[in-house]
Amino acid sequence: MGGRFGDGAIKPGSCEEKTFKERWHARVLAVTLATGSLRQWNLDMMRHARECLPPKEYAAFSYYEKWIAALADLLVGKGILSPDELLSPSSQMHQLSRRKLLIADVADVLSKGAPTSRSVNASPKFLVDQIVKTRRAENKFFYGGHTRLPKYVERCVGKIEICHGAHVFPDTHAHDLGERPEHLYTVSFLASELWQSPENPNDTVCVDIWESYMEPLNDQ
Amino acid sequence: MPHDIEKHGHSLLPSDPELKVKALETALAKNGLIDPAALDEIIDTYQNKIGPKNGATIIAKAWLDQNFKNDLMTNTMPILEKFGFFGRQGEHIQIVENTPEVHNIVVCTLCSCYPWPLLGIPPTWYKSDAYRSRVVREPRKCLSEFGVTLPNNTKVRVWDSTAEIRYLVLPMLPKKYKDFDKEQLIELISRDAMIGAALIGNVT
Repeated sequence: MGGRFGDGAIKPGSCEEKTFKERWHARVLAVTLATGSLRQWNLDMMRHARECLPPKEYAAFSYYEKWIAALADLLVGKGILSPDELLSPSSQMHQLSRRKLLIADVADVLSKGAPTSRSVNASPKFLVDQIVKTRRAENKFFYGGHTRLPKYVERCVGKIEICHGAHVFPDTHAHDLGERPEHLYTVSFLASELWQSPENPNDTVCVDIWESYMEPLNDQ
Repeated sequence: MPHDIEKHGHSLLPSDPELKVKALETALAKNGLIDPAALDEIIDTYQNKIGPKNGATIIAKAWLDQNFKNDLMTNTMPILEKFGFFGRQGEHIQIVENTPEVHNIVVCTLCSCYPWPLLGIPPTWYKSDAYRSRVVREPRKCLSEFGVTLPNNTKVRVWDSTAEIRYLVLPMLPKKYKDFDKEQLIELISRDAMIGAALIGNVT
């Protein structure tokens, strides 16, 4: 949605704002994190599940409604719960119950996280300060699939600012096609490259972009 | 657009979101897939243990100790790990420094990526469509809605966290606070200043 018009004013909250506005928001966050321990999906699959909500619902749902809907879709889509089990749960232990996140493991799981950096043999294709051009913001591996190149920077010219080393590639990882780590870069784009009427042409937007999302400009 | 998830499990659940999560929790708990007490523990962690004070501790120390700041900027992760500020949604942190020439502000236009171990769970405005859609196109107008006006010769740099790198803004410390001690500085550093949506001492 980057660059979209029509969303109205931002409503800054006070810094004393509660972490969770409603009790059920907290439950959604917690159930989403806890079910991650079942290891039936990864973060990219979860993001893709949220993006797969029908556009009308995606627009109508609040933030945590999208989360809970995506979780239900994954549980059914991956065959972990059948539609019947979702509606009238039996009290039968699921075969995955041995992976259930236990209270004793919560602190450990949250503090460990899940780093996405990986070692690869390939050296980075781009160097800091190199000028690059992004490709179309569509998944090349899976039709209609997940990608992390935002639409507003597709086919735009930018400059490599930082090389972050190789990271898990979301376009394949979201679709069970493997991690296929590739080099990740922070790329800066001038506001004048992105927008017809920039507020200040020298302002920049920095975006984290995987290597295969772009090409060197002189190859265009 | 064709997608790989054809079955929409969520449409089976009640439409009221509160009942929806309740139904899902019940189904998962009955099947032994979640432990409700573990959920309480997760909520307690983010409600009471992890929040912007972590980030403020780092920023205050960086202001007070130039050597620490240099280390922090070049060797970020080992230092944050020493403080215990590591974990989910904070595996790869990059600190970006505000100067008179550049003002940094962070967003996630694709979802709501945010440095949890340093700032906690993102505020509602950070997750709003309005912020996510507009700040990349009109950062100055957005900043003005937070009560921040920047000189025109200060460049704005918006960081869109599209990967797993999480950004924390190192704000500028106005001269009038230069004699503050660490505790006073920590009080001064707002969550929004570490996102880049506020300046230090500029209370809106």
